Amino acid sequence: MQSEYVLEMKHITKRYGNNTVLSDVSLAVKPGEIHALLGENGAGKSTLMNTLFGMPVIHSTGGFEGEVFINGSKVNIASPQDAMTKGIGMVHQEFMLLPGFTITENIKLNREITKANPVSRILGKNLETLDMPSMSADSRKALDSVGMSISEDTLVKGLPVGYMQFVEIAREIDKTGMKLLVFDEPTAVLTESEATQLISVMKSIAESGIAIIFITHRLDEVMAASNSITILRDGKLAATRSAKDTSIVELAELMIGRKGESVVHAEPRSAHFDTVAMHLQDLKVNMPGEQVRGITMDIYEGEILGIGGLAGQGKLGIPNGVLGLYDMEGSVELFGQPLKAGDTKEALNAGIAMVSEDRKAVGLLLDQSIEDNIVFNAMQVKGNYLNKIGPFTLKNSSQIRKTAEEMIQELDIRCTGPTQASGTLSGGNQQKVCIARALCMSPRFLFVSEPTRGIDIGAKKLVLETLVKLNREQGMTIVIVSSELQELRSISDRIAIVSEGKLVDILAPSASDADFGLAMSGIKPSDHNKKEG
Amino acid sequence: MHDLRKKINLAEVLRANAVTIMFVILCIVGLAFSGQTVSYVMYELFSRLSRNAFIVLALILPIVAGMGINFAITIGAMAAQISALWVIEWGISGLPGFLTAMLMTVPIAGFFGYLIGNLLNKMKGQEMIGGLILGYFANGLYQLLFLFIFGNLIPLKAPGLVIKGSTGVANTIDLSTDRGFKYALDGLVRVDFGTGLYIFCALFVVYALVQLVLKRSSKKQSLTTVAVCAGVCLVYQIPFVAQMFSMVTVPVVTFLVVVLLCLFNNALMKTRLGQQFRAVGQSRTVANVSGINVDRVRIIAIMISTVLAGWGQLIFVQNMGSFQTYGAHEQVGLYAGAAILVGGASIRKATNGQALLGCILFHLLFIVAPSAGKNLFGDAAIGEYFRVFISYGVIALALVMHAWSGVQAKKKKD
Repeated sequence: MQSEYVLEMKHITKRYGNNTVLSDVSLAVKPGEIHALLGENGAGKSTLMNTLFGMPVIHSTGGFEGEVFINGSKVNIASPQDAMTKGIGMVHQEFMLLPGFTITENIKLNREITKANPVSRILGKNLETLDMPSMSADSRKALDSVGMSISEDTLVKGLPVGYMQFVEIAREIDKTGMKLLVFDEPTAVLTESEATQLISVMKSIAESGIAIIFITHRLDEVMAASNSITILRDGKLAATRSAKDTSIVELAELMIGRKGESVVHAEPRSAHFDTVAMHLQDLKVNMPGEQVRGITMDIYEGEILGIGGLAGQGKLGIPNGVLGLYDMEGSVELFGQPLKAGDTKEALNAGIAMVSEDRKAVGLLLDQSIEDNIVFNAMQVKGNYLNKIGPFTLKNSSQIRKTAEEMIQELDIRCTGPTQASGTLSGGNQQKVCIARALCMSPRFLFVSEPTRGIDIGAKKLVLETLVKLNREQGMTIVIVSSELQELRSISDRIAIVSEGKLVDILAPSASDADFGLAMSGIKPSDHNKKEG
Repeated sequence: MHDLRKKINLAEVLRANAVTIMFVILCIVGLAFSGQTVSYVMYELFSRLSRNAFIVLALILPIVAGMGINFAITIGAMAAQISALWVIEWGISGLPGFLTAMLMTVPIAGFFGYLIGNLLNKMKGQEMIGGLILGYFANGLYQLLFLFIFGNLIPLKAPGLVIKGSTGVANTIDLSTDRGFKYALDGLVRVDFGTGLYIFCALFVVYALVQLVLKRSSKKQSLTTVAVCAGVCLVYQIPFVAQMFSMVTVPVVTFLVVVLLCLFNNALMKTRLGQQFRAVGQSRTVANVSGINVDRVRIIAIMISTVLAGWGQLIFVQNMGSFQTYGAHEQVGLYAGAAILVGGASIRKATNGQALLGCILFHLLFIVAPSAGKNLFGDAAIGEYFRVFISYGVIALALVMHAWSGVQAKKKKD
């Protein structure tokens, strides 16, 4: 039976334990069509693709519900290799290329063309000799079809990033019986002209009858390349649209949507902030996976600034760079004073505190007691909570205990007492310990990264309320970096949206969903609206 | 601009080959101060090369497969010694004995290699320290086997194998008796240096021409080989040069076996399996994604390496004529590892040429260091100390340089 669709995924539901990450999602792709898959982080795009490729992470966590059809017949994809033999290929976001191999060797990796020799006749296929000339010929053909003229004998090491992307595509095309190709954020690392070339290559691949699933966050590319669009939101199917019946604004709206009610609500303030607390000038941070590529902005004293954007776009790089946890370039001024780059101790001494997004690895000493965790930075950096007796420096236990008890009370840390090991606390309470530690430094400027990641709703509310209280009562300047836009909109005065390592725009919390959606895909809303008239 | 680039390249070359260059200098200085004649040094060098080159070459495969220096070849040497013991016990002497021992080494070393490979797969990234410690641990089991099980639970009948008036295998196993296989390989064809040189040059020329006829190599490559061989033979005609090699005798078959192993290493790299070794060596993730069974490939690499190391140890003991039952294997991994690093290999990249060059330089220093130490400091022990110190130093240096070049590469990327 021949089906209209090359791939159909019907009613896919996937749970990790009690956590439903995909619920009743369906996707249908026709042959020769470019189908864009849109969604924020955590919307379920990667889980859906993992399901399609039969990744071990899916099978080892109890599989999924729903059915997958290829060319109309039901299939069970057991592993990525299985997916490959069924004609599904992936162009990876991180290049799966070997630098020390030539382009040919990479294209033909583990699919080498071989010739039998006397030894292999006895000991098996693995010892067959490589047939380099036919491998090269195949690679040449594949390279030509993606419009690359470079020699197939070039080593991958030293190729420009854009070329690597095309080599990766050539490899997938070279596989026989390829029916469906998944492109995972292929344009993220490309220059504008390379991206344009990529889209035309994608179109010519699609014309040859291979279907393409195109995952990206750049809405303009979606409009330029795709025939139909599926949008996921919070693990559910938000909409399926045909490209000619929709607009960028509608897509942006569908992608962001309203995600329930906010847990806290800070009174919007009309007060104007005019004293600059921190000035970032062309900040570049080399944080793997969160590269910041030149951000200039002002943060005003007394405000709560939200920094939002999709994961991997660089928003987390900002606090980590300013605090000197990763290499940074550019300059940072704090209350008019220049801050030495990359010097964590000086940044802390200058009155900046940070609650890390990675509270287990960076934030907490998990085996240590709550009280030791709370005073750790203040003790090490500022030399507080110490008694000096002659040449020896001893901890001032009573003072530490007093501070810890105050903090436990104030932040409502649920624990058996200040001596409980912080590793045994729940996520929300661990987060509060991290905040308490930052507060012990009596900071003037507080960075909070992903404060509500992985904690339950009650704890979320408390953490956010604490931040608002600190801001309102003590006038502390707070920068909150979060993937949850709703949370940023509920407590921030202004929201900066970062995309591809650059600042796209600073929006008011009351700006429309479409504006936020556009900004997250790297399009400045006001520019877009102007263009559209 | 052009000059500048050249200069940087020169600095790069110096840095990349720092260990090798340092060793060349050390060898020259050592040679000058040792007071030994060149012909004696050459004589020593060639006998050491014939017995050590094979085991160094056994290290290449795991390096290519990204597992670093396989210090666990010690265990391959143990397998060889177990085989040697039983061949003597059975009284199979000469070449048949040697071949039996080789054959017997294959399953024993292969099995050990399989176990080692499985363990190293559980400690990816720490293969070298894992292999080193595994070697020490296996030494304990080996002693249990030789002290308690052999000659006690399993009686040994051959004279001289068991400690007199006690149980357990004797301290030294002698291969020069009529039950042993001393010189089984070396003694087959032994010619003076000139004849050996002509034989090997002729072989290389024939090989190059065959490759040319089969169109496997370019005209330029083949002609270069022919020219180099002719040149070497011509140089040997100079009496002064011939004098330097006058004491050397060449065990043709042993060197032939070494050449065969080099060819094997090369041929293997041109197969699908070889491609898998190289892929796994560069990135386990990428190899895995393209459907290569990474763990299996790594186990195969270690198995082949362990078996080859066992054969290497057999070549070593047949040349020495006897071996220390409880100590002959102990330093094998360390010395072979140091030798290959001296030749310019790193823990990520190694070739036949580097292994052979390393073997030559490392053993050259071994030969000249004691007498140079005696002449310079009045004590041979200082030279001895010096060479042990250097073998550890070379390994440490190679590891530091590896870490350093990693940092450099990262900086460059930024």
